[in-house]
Amino acid sequence: MTGMDNEAAFEKFKSTAVEVLQVPEDKITLDAKFQDDLDADSLEVVELVMALEETFDITVEESELDGVETVGQAFEIVSSKL
Amino acid sequence: MTPPAPVRRRVVVTGLGVVACCGIGTDAFWSGLFGPAPVGERRVRDFDPSPFLDVKAARRADRFQQFAVASAQMAVDDAGDIGVDPMRAGVVHGTGVGGLQTLEDQVGVLNERGPRRVSPFLVPMIMGNAGAAAISMRFGWKGPCETIVTACAAGTQSVGAALRLVSSGRCDAMITGGAEAAITRIGVAAFTNMTALSTSGISRPFDVERDGFVIGEGGAALVLEELEHARARGAHIYAELLGAASTADAHHITAPSPGGAGALACMELALDDSGISPAEVAHINAHGTSTPLNDLAEAEAIEKLFGQDGPVVTSIKGITGHSLGAAGAIEAVASCLTIEHKSIPPTVGLERLDPEMHINVAMGDAAELPGGAVLSNSFGFGGHNGCIVLAPLES
Repeated sequence: MTGMDNEAAFEKFKSTAVEVLQVPEDKITLDAKFQDDLDADSLEVVELVMALEETFDITVEESELDGVETVGQAFEIVSSKL
Repeated sequence: MTPPAPVRRRVVVTGLGVVACCGIGTDAFWSGLFGPAPVGERRVRDFDPSPFLDVKAARRADRFQQFAVASAQMAVDDAGDIGVDPMRAGVVHGTGVGGLQTLEDQVGVLNERGPRRVSPFLVPMIMGNAGAAAISMRFGWKGPCETIVTACAAGTQSVGAALRLVSSGRCDAMITGGAEAAITRIGVAAFTNMTALSTSGISRPFDVERDGFVIGEGGAALVLEELEHARARGAHIYAELLGAASTADAHHITAPSPGGAGALACMELALDDSGISPAEVAHINAHGTSTPLNDLAEAEAIEKLFGQDGPVVTSIKGITGHSLGAAGAIEAVASCLTIEHKSIPPTVGLERLDPEMHINVAMGDAAELPGGAVLSNSFGFGGHNGCIVLAPLES
């Protein structure tokens, strides 16, 4: 990882998720499930990832999202690219 | 052998909702119909989706869908506790073009930022059936849920199709209506370049100086119910929906058939379907778009069917402009309110009746509605004709 520590990256991740998913920030924890805890269906996860690509200036392939159910899994994909 | 006569149940209107440039909700809308008319496009300037949709839901609903949901919610609230079996309750909803603003915005995103930035919500936001789908999901109504896309006839034809689902016995209640939000850059450019829009920005149906329609937007919804179902729960009944008709000109993609032949045939069929004669029609809520061709053809058709001393004709488009696929639904609500208030709104914007027209157009002040039925017309590009007939409920 260059330039940004994990904690700062997760803060940016959270503010993007708050904006896109319209949920309170404290609900966005690493083990929160998109579907069950954040009321986000698969299209909303795609929309969130698109916003994260902009926020972090990264590219996430659609295939990388297969099986992603939790915030932690999504953040792992993001942080691995920083 | 003659087939047995189909079951024909009576259908009434028990709930109304409307989002229009002249007013949101039936009371504001009704007073708005009496003017004064603004000049230029008729946008619903003070529409706020937040009473109907939370921030996330509103962002994922095109403006036309927001109008659909808002008007349906008002109509259902107005109808009270409908208490219907969800499998016997449905939606028929009309639109001309669906989510045009969303499409326009996302084409911009595509061109500026590439295909990877196009919204995953584009398809469910632009599809014409987004309004109907949102209404069925909101109320959990699981019967037929369909969308009619017949340009400016869509709203009226939706009401007619919903009527048939109740009168035939398939459903006990329906939410019907239409919504449109096509005042976008591409929408206005397209209508301008086909020379359909007024260059003066004045909507003046049937006037000798009319020069095209003024674009509008909005949504309206009606709750239809089988008569005994409505009576059993003590519902307020605005009007009985006596009948409807749907026909095609099969003539030209935008011009009406000569002499208003298509409009005439559709009005005749609607009266037949309603079991009434032309003499029993007290009032016509006309399509009256303020275009040279439509208004002349419609006036000719009305004169042929009703004679020169026929029922009082009004077009509310002097106020509302032309809201395309929502227009027929908004005018169906206006027709119900005309019956409720026993008062006919004037054709605002009309100053001098085209001397080629020999019909009795309401001008100036409101006219009293005499006893009888109200016919509402809509005619769309593509040659689609829709008519519905409403009347005060008689036992």
